[in-house]
Amino acid sequence: MTVMEQRGAYRPSPPPAWQPRMDPAPLLPDAEPYRVLGTEAAAKADPDLLRRLYAELVRGRRYNVQATALTKQGRLAVYPSSTGQEACEVAAALALQERDWLFPSYRDTLAAVARGVDPVEALTLLRGDWHTGYDPHEHRVAPLCTPLATQLPHAVGLAHAARLKGDDVVALALVGDGGTSEGDFHEALNFAAVWQAPVVFLVQNNGFAISVPLAKQTAAPSLAHKAVGYGMPGRLVDGNDAAAVHEVLADAVRQARAGGGPTLIEAITYRIDAHTNADDATRYRGDSEVETWRGHDPIALLEHELTERGLLDDAGKQAARDAAEAMAADLRERMNQDPALDPMDLFDHVYAEPTPQLREQRAQLQAELHAESEGSHR
Amino acid sequence: MTTVAVKPATMAQALTRALRDAMAADPSVHVMGEDVGTLGGVFRVTDGLAKEFGEDRCTDTPLAEAGILGTAVGMAMYGLRPVVEMQFDAFAYPAFEQLISHVARMRNRTRGRMPLPITIRVPYGGGIGGVEHHSDSSEAYYMATPGLHVVTPATVADAYGLLRASIASDDPVVFLEPKRLYWSKDSWNPEDPQTVEPIGRAVVRRSGRSATLITYGPSVPVCLEAAEAAREEGWDLEVVDLRSLVPFDDDTVTASVRRTGRAVVVHESGGFGGPGGEIAARITERCFHHLEAPVLRVAGFDIPYPPPMVERHHLPGVDRILDAVGRLQWEAES
Ligand SMILES: Cc1ncc(C[n+]2csc(CCOP(=O)(O)OP(=O)(O)O)c2C)c(N)n1
Repeated sequence: MTVMEQRGAYRPSPPPAWQPRMDPAPLLPDAEPYRVLGTEAAAKADPDLLRRLYAELVRGRRYNVQATALTKQGRLAVYPSSTGQEACEVAAALALQERDWLFPSYRDTLAAVARGVDPVEALTLLRGDWHTGYDPHEHRVAPLCTPLATQLPHAVGLAHAARLKGDDVVALALVGDGGTSEGDFHEALNFAAVWQAPVVFLVQNNGFAISVPLAKQTAAPSLAHKAVGYGMPGRLVDGNDAAAVHEVLADAVRQARAGGGPTLIEAITYRIDAHTNADDATRYRGDSEVETWRGHDPIALLEHELTERGLLDDAGKQAARDAAEAMAADLRERMNQDPALDPMDLFDHVYAEPTPQLREQRAQLQAELHAESEGSHR
Repeated sequence: MTTVAVKPATMAQALTRALRDAMAADPSVHVMGEDVGTLGGVFRVTDGLAKEFGEDRCTDTPLAEAGILGTAVGMAMYGLRPVVEMQFDAFAYPAFEQLISHVARMRNRTRGRMPLPITIRVPYGGGIGGVEHHSDSSEAYYMATPGLHVVTPATVADAYGLLRASIASDDPVVFLEPKRLYWSKDSWNPEDPQTVEPIGRAVVRRSGRSATLITYGPSVPVCLEAAEAAREEGWDLEVVDLRSLVPFDDDTVTASVRRTGRAVVVHESGGFGGPGGEIAARITERCFHHLEAPVLRVAGFDIPYPPPMVERHHLPGVDRILDAVGRLQWEAES
């Protein structure tokens, strides 16, 4: 006879008092995205930083325009432009110290370049030669990641490893609004919070995952709200306000470095160009929406603030444009040279030591190439 | 000369010892997974490691396989050598995206600049009466992914030696542990485990002249038993234990089959699209003129792993192997 069958023998006691693990209020994002430009807070911003952000934004916009042009010339296979989102890209890069790591997705070429990666090497994935043209260790930029959200657990692991080694290194991981629906997003945030890993997650919410609008991606009040369930703070920021994005990111990075654990930041921004040069954005959004966002352009916003406050004159603007133009000219010229690829490299980096099978295949290709060159000599 | 007592030990004990020795030898080796800490793993393979090396080096992770492997990628990027445990074969599947999209190709993607020395321990295979999702043989999926080494021991000594080699490898290794051999014992000297078996070498477990059984992992003891039984019928069978599926030791296999002229590949996982097809093709390509009969396969049926009460009908056993050996007396139809 079980306890339940013994009528009267079991006297239920009330369940133990429910103890919430913590008060979620401090973790919740504000209702309004944080803004600096055009508010009182702007007066406190460091003028040198603002000028630096401006120069990087102008350069970044020019990079997007140049790279898109290279797709039309067939020099790039594909380019996912970040026009409109430059403030997020630049602030992300500038919020980090040299020893920190950046984990970008495929759209974040600008963030990589702002961290010092060679503009041409940053494009090899999209050009179609090698998957990653740069050495990830050199500027501490992980390879641009194509599968959505899979770079997020890598950032957590690296930050965790750094902390285990006693290094005060922070990892910053970038992801899009669509990427927040992936399982890896959840697992990464959960690991980061449980381990109190020094990681900052920045969601660039640009309104669409290719064609799918945010409303079909999530029913959450905001993407930043998702943080609370993991036990980390969620922050909402105007993604086109470079000063605001930088401040929020720098705070989160500082907190992570000091042992305060991870933060999830949602930056509200907009993708002005199509998903990539191969996408037809008119199928899923109207011109008026795009025009509204053009009126909230990250470069114009910052330029206005700097000009108003006498921190930037026409000569300063021209200098930023000239620097961007020089970068674009250099990019154009170097991208117009045919990359030299050695097919024999195909077998070099599959394993530390090639397997016997790969050695055989290497010999086969060598023979084919030899026959080809003999043939062309005849 | 002192002779050290060679005591029987289980494969699980040898694996624990390999982890412990690797952690003691190299502070960058970290063990992580579900229940690996306080509990010592559901098969107790990580028993005592958290106590000895601390929870930072033997870590109970949240219950999330993609998260376990994904964070291991980042840890390896920063110079650690993670050894992750997937609790059971079929529960590794949530981690496949990390495995295939990142672990297997990070070295290649970065032109050799970012190798990932990760060991992924996967208890695999049937024969222990497990409920559904606890008995899969998933080796074909791993074999089909370039960039991964795939290793599976069949003896206590190899369990130690191959695990040490896997952890020392600068490349990711999927280390398949045949569950049903965890408690199998053989003579091994745990005081002096010495052997670190290089990855990629097959071994002739039993030499013979009339045919070769090619096998690995849980099917090795079954093949050895079949070879004994076949003696009565006049067959002198050679048994090759592959130990490593990737890289594949063509030399050992080819030499054996050229000697015997006949071959049967034996494994638990399904035959269709399974490892045996690849192995049979390689043998045919290399030994065609030496073959007296087609290369045969004895594999599990092409079915989802069956419930434990009928699993013995699915697993290749001695009779099925002997039956295949009988069919090696092949005569071309005229
Ligand atoms: C795992 C995975 N599924 C599908 C895709 C194909 N894909 C590439 S980009 C994209 C949309 C991503 O949207 P979002 O995360 O919002 O980033 P955004 O492109 O807006 O920067 C999709 C579905 C992919 N790269 N990875």
